Amino acid sequence: MRVIESICGCAGVLSLVLAASVTVSAQEAPEVGPKSPLVVKPMESRIGNLIGHAADGKSNYRRYCAGCHGDYGDSNGENSVWLDPKPRDFTIATFKCRSTPTGTLPTDEDLYDTIGRGITNSNMPIWNALGPQMRADLVAYIKIFSPRWDKEKAGTPIPIPAEPPVTIDSIAHGKALFAKLECWKCHGPHGEGDGPSAATLTDSKDQPIRPYNFALGKDDSRFKCGDTNRDIYKIFMTGVDGTPMPSFADVIQPNDAWDLVHFLRTLQIHRHGKENEVLSTAHGVIPPYVDKNPPPAAPADNKAPGGGQ
Amino acid sequence: MRTKRTLLVISTLLVGSSLMFAGTVSGKVTYTGTPAKQKPIDMSKEPSCAKQHATQITTETVVTGSNNALENVVVYVSSGAPDDGQVPSQTITYTQKGCQYIPHVLPMHVNQEFEIVNADQTSHNIHPLPKVNTEWNLSQPPGTPPIKKKYDKPEFISVKCNIHPWMHGYFAVLKTSHFDLSKGGGEFKLPNLPAGKYTITAWQEDYGTQTADVTITGSETKEVNFTFKAKAY
Repeated sequence: MRVIESICGCAGVLSLVLAASVTVSAQEAPEVGPKSPLVVKPMESRIGNLIGHAADGKSNYRRYCAGCHGDYGDSNGENSVWLDPKPRDFTIATFKCRSTPTGTLPTDEDLYDTIGRGITNSNMPIWNALGPQMRADLVAYIKIFSPRWDKEKAGTPIPIPAEPPVTIDSIAHGKALFAKLECWKCHGPHGEGDGPSAATLTDSKDQPIRPYNFALGKDDSRFKCGDTNRDIYKIFMTGVDGTPMPSFADVIQPNDAWDLVHFLRTLQIHRHGKENEVLSTAHGVIPPYVDKNPPPAAPADNKAPGGGQ
Repeated sequence: MRTKRTLLVISTLLVGSSLMFAGTVSGKVTYTGTPAKQKPIDMSKEPSCAKQHATQITTETVVTGSNNALENVVVYVSSGAPDDGQVPSQTITYTQKGCQYIPHVLPMHVNQEFEIVNADQTSHNIHPLPKVNTEWNLSQPPGTPPIKKKYDKPEFISVKCNIHPWMHGYFAVLKTSHFDLSKGGGEFKLPNLPAGKYTITAWQEDYGTQTADVTITGSETKEVNFTFKAKAY
């Protein structure tokens, strides 16, 4: 093939072929007529010792999942028009709940956990009633819908250090980060989901989407991607792909991230937890954060390099 | 293996020598009719950006110049020029400044690394919305280092900042190194084209694409002009 390419390269013929692919999405003719039959690729999933097989997941997918996610995994199931937020589109393989960096595929465990946990504030139920093997098979089955699973491996899970103890200082630092990283622009100054940008937010399919309202959280509160402190840590470090929530992995130090988790828990004002206990011991007052080890001053010259033109 | 190398060398020599007689396609992009009036942007919710602008900032869906010139149009060779797979080595930068993207459209080669810089005193999240490439979404607070990225498939990708919903731009990922972005007078230039028949495509984010065929026979400059019909809305 390389030989052919080289020959063609000098003759300038291959270019026709190459150029044909230049505007892939824009100019491809729409598919007309009945959809081609679905090929169940021999995908697998591995969750601990469990091995899931796509072929074994097919009947359960069609029974339990296709109504919303669609026979072709394209989120166009017959219930889809009634749902907000919309079901996940497996053909683009962009997933909200991951332990892996933004833009990468989730691990099999991530998908398995999502099916078992369901997604709060959405129509995705808790599928714990399906046994572990069935869920593992479903994880394998949803991989048949996107070619990304043929070529890419799951991302490497972000490292999560052990959680340090909750202190009023860690909460204070978390509060300072919440202000500095401008989480409040969407989530609001008190985490009530009412920041200045909140009303304008749309997901990657242009559907309106609300930022999470922490203040509604009670003892049984859950986030879209879990309910533990580790889950909160993962949510803002990996980002919630397909939504406006970005990844902060490159801009928050691991221990600072734990401080932010501790502060976020205090925004759940009705929740009984160690963070709110520490806060009430401090009479409900979060002291101003004092940086004991200020970093060296950032270089002032942060000018725009002319936009590359 | 040896055969491959020899052929590669020969092809490189041929391409190299043909460059000595390389031609150029240049021209202007203009519009007819009346373009929709761009909407004013209210940046009052972000004072650190608002104060950077002495004049009223508007959307940049259609940017025009004098004599009906159309700016920010990506003009590129869509057919006829062999893509040698050589990714341009120069660093290109997409800057967030005054809560705007500079440039508004960043053309690049497939697999070319580019940098995203936050020159503002506020956090941005850089959220391109590809359909063919992989989607990611990164926070970039002020003072953090540039984000380095590349795309491996050709696509025109809409770029957003969710925190500042008026911010909107494009990445034009192209499978050719022969591209240009039309300037303030609508002018563009595609140099270093060996003799051959080419299709030149002009892409405007609101008006779509136009193509023109051109034949280069030697070290000549051929003029190709594009005229888009303006949308009133």
